[in-house]
Amino acid sequence: MQMSVSPAKLDNGIGASKEAPITRGQAIRIFADERRSFWIVLSLAILFFAWEVAGRIPISFAFPTFSETILAFGEMVADGSMLKAYILTLQPLVLGVIVSAAVGIALGVAMGLSEKAEWLLAPVFIVLQAAPMAALVPLVTFVYGIGLTAKTLAVIMLALPVIVLNSYKAVRHVNPSLVDMCRSFQGNRMQQIFKIIIPDASPVLFAGLRLGIAAGFIGVMLAELLITPTGIGDLITYHRSVANYAHMYAAVASIIAVSTLTLAGLQYVETHLLRPEKRRK
Amino acid sequence: MANPALVRSSGINPITTSDAVVQVRDICKNYGDIEALRGINLEFERGKLTTLLGPSGCGKTTLLKIIAGLVPGTSGEIIVNGRVVTGPGPERAFVFQDFALMPWATVLRNVAFGLELKGMASAERTRIARRYIEQVGLAGFEEKYPHELSGGMRQRVGIARAFAVNADVLLLDEPFSAVDEQNRRKFQEDLLQLVEQEKKTFIFVTHSIEEAVYVSDRIVLLSPRPGRISQIIDPMIDRSATPDDIRRDAGYLDVVEEIWQGLRQYAE
Repeated sequence: MQMSVSPAKLDNGIGASKEAPITRGQAIRIFADERRSFWIVLSLAILFFAWEVAGRIPISFAFPTFSETILAFGEMVADGSMLKAYILTLQPLVLGVIVSAAVGIALGVAMGLSEKAEWLLAPVFIVLQAAPMAALVPLVTFVYGIGLTAKTLAVIMLALPVIVLNSYKAVRHVNPSLVDMCRSFQGNRMQQIFKIIIPDASPVLFAGLRLGIAAGFIGVMLAELLITPTGIGDLITYHRSVANYAHMYAAVASIIAVSTLTLAGLQYVETHLLRPEKRRK
Repeated sequence: MANPALVRSSGINPITTSDAVVQVRDICKNYGDIEALRGINLEFERGKLTTLLGPSGCGKTTLLKIIAGLVPGTSGEIIVNGRVVTGPGPERAFVFQDFALMPWATVLRNVAFGLELKGMASAERTRIARRYIEQVGLAGFEEKYPHELSGGMRQRVGIARAFAVNADVLLLDEPFSAVDEQNRRKFQEDLLQLVEQEKKTFIFVTHSIEEAVYVSDRIVLLSPRPGRISQIIDPMIDRSATPDDIRRDAGYLDVVEEIWQGLRQYAE
């Protein structure tokens, strides 16, 4: 992130010094208007700078600076422990998210389409969404032990309710006029569902998917911290126990980064594949 | 009061014409305790534009949706081309008040959507859709998305979609109510041209008296709560005149006044 900001600023500086009428301030403003990514990079730069300052004060002996964290991250990538941890963490996460997305969207859409399915399923998922799932993770361990099954279940327990309920709401809020339009042109029920209801519901469907995946990350971390330390959870636990705080923070920050990038990737898929009109502003 | 531009059939029961494409028989509609329509009997002549006009709450849109098969009547029947219908059919096409365009689809796909649902091959439906896009004056906008168009252009897409399926009867539910005044006038003129060219039957719902008198061959006035037919008016407007002359014509203004007198009792 830091790497990408410095050459951009450098370019700007050179451009500004060559052309006399445009001041440095104007050049930066033009550049900033043209690229939204500039603001994203700036926002991150401020965050990391604040982190660096806070680490240098230091606010706590257990709070490393940003640069120490980056170095620790590099070290863990180099010695392979990071890769090994991700292989372990991603298994229950990917499995759980795939199951939650498939089952969740199917159930949610069914609930949106059929009143019977709604009466049958809605109360269950409303209770599940309200329940503090972390409290149930020990129960899962009790039943399924400490293996992949238990961790996958922890991911599903957190991700599924939010995906189901959002898909259900998405279908319920489909523009009724579009459904009438499809009927008036003699579209059958399948055409109605796949050509109108799902595309029209897709923004909310995807919002649910994003929330579900974020919840899935919470689930996998809970599982790795509460059930038995493996993967990233193990890295965090281990480095904390030996007071390697920079390494611990590197593991925490890396899972946050992976989660953020996953969600951004999902948004990209949505706008580029499903709702092409959103690309044109 | 002899008005040559005004031929009024006094009838709650209009004379049966041999060439009725749509017949409405004893249609009643209740929403729970609320009676929306009571005993509607109407016939719509082939090739004519008939307007359902009335104050809000008179059930004109409900009646149109019952004719379209989108809403079931509580009792009575709808006969299209001599056959009783209970749902939407290929001989009727609907134009929606809020346009009902798919925001994720281009103009071209929106216009071709009726044909897509019928399973027509892509090349053929594209060819047909392009023709109607041109006819409603949207050539060059085929690859645009609805949000890139103005309200008036969006409704042109809705009209092109209805034409593309080649239905006998076009049902228009306040199609210009979400369009600004300038575009609305242009639209009304274009609509008259389309009625002329396409030789289709139009059933048009509006709450604008001027709009009704300007475009209609026949106006059915509905009274509210419950919706009943209160009057049927044939405004014999000479459409060979220019639009501006028609709007200044004494006969036209008399019909507008006549209808207003009939409706003012319902104005709050």
